[in-house]
Amino acid sequence: MQRIVIAALSGGLFGAGLLVSGMTDTNKVQGWLDVFGAWDPTLAFVLGGAILPMMVAWHMTTKRAQSLAGTPFPGKPDPRLGHNLVLGSVLFGAGWGLVGLCPGPAIASLSWGGTGGIVFILAMIAGMIVAQPIRLRIDRLAAI
Amino acid sequence: MIETDWIWGLVGGLMIGSAAAIYLLGNGRIMGASGIIGGLVDRSGLSTWAERAAFLAALVVVPALMLPLYSVQVTTNITSNLAIVIIGGVLVGIGTRLANGCTSGHGVCGISRFSLRGIVATVFYLLAGGLTVVLFRHLLGVI
Repeated sequence: MQRIVIAALSGGLFGAGLLVSGMTDTNKVQGWLDVFGAWDPTLAFVLGGAILPMMVAWHMTTKRAQSLAGTPFPGKPDPRLGHNLVLGSVLFGAGWGLVGLCPGPAIASLSWGGTGGIVFILAMIAGMIVAQPIRLRIDRLAAI
Repeated sequence: MIETDWIWGLVGGLMIGSAAAIYLLGNGRIMGASGIIGGLVDRSGLSTWAERAAFLAALVVVPALMLPLYSVQVTTNITSNLAIVIIGGVLVGIGTRLANGCTSGHGVCGISRFSLRGIVATVFYLLAGGLTVVLFRHLLGVI
């Protein structure tokens, strides 16, 4: 139960932050990516503002044995990069640029995003389903 | 940019980072939107389905409840071109699962602990996003 309450608190605050910051507005996101147009620097403040509390939180994990819910903290970051990380990030960035939505804001704006917002989420879920066989095929090609 | 936008960006960013901090310190987990959804979609995260469902439900409900606070109509300004919406959505779905993360997981949670994977992912999705906007907006004129 405790884990569910914590997850709801986190999800709610995440959604509120996405709305307040302007990240649910595709014009602001595409405005940030559009370095040759009317460039909008807002996203830099969003990312910078979000990293600060997390730097404190990561530091706090080194002082504690476990989370409030009693689960272990994530292990050290994996130092291996790999082709899937780069290829996946390029594909994600292309989709993000085309529409101006990433997964968090897409879900957060579900109630007012209209048909386009719902279609985007369904397409994203379809992409997540086909990602598994694609990953297997890429790994097989990379092993040759 | 309207002059106050950067302040709201910073305030919203601090809220996003605090949400990620609650998820990490409370549940011991990395707050990545694509991972939380993706674990339900491909069933790899079914053992923590309740936590994921609660996160996603609150992510939808809380901003919806905040809409009356705005004097102007809140809109995503998403393109009406459904072909672009579908292609973009599929790319975001495939890409975030291949890369194991999106803006929240790699960007916010990864960079804040100097994760090389998080930094590399962020560089590549920013570059790809920028190139895509330049290509499709300025050269092809479709977005």
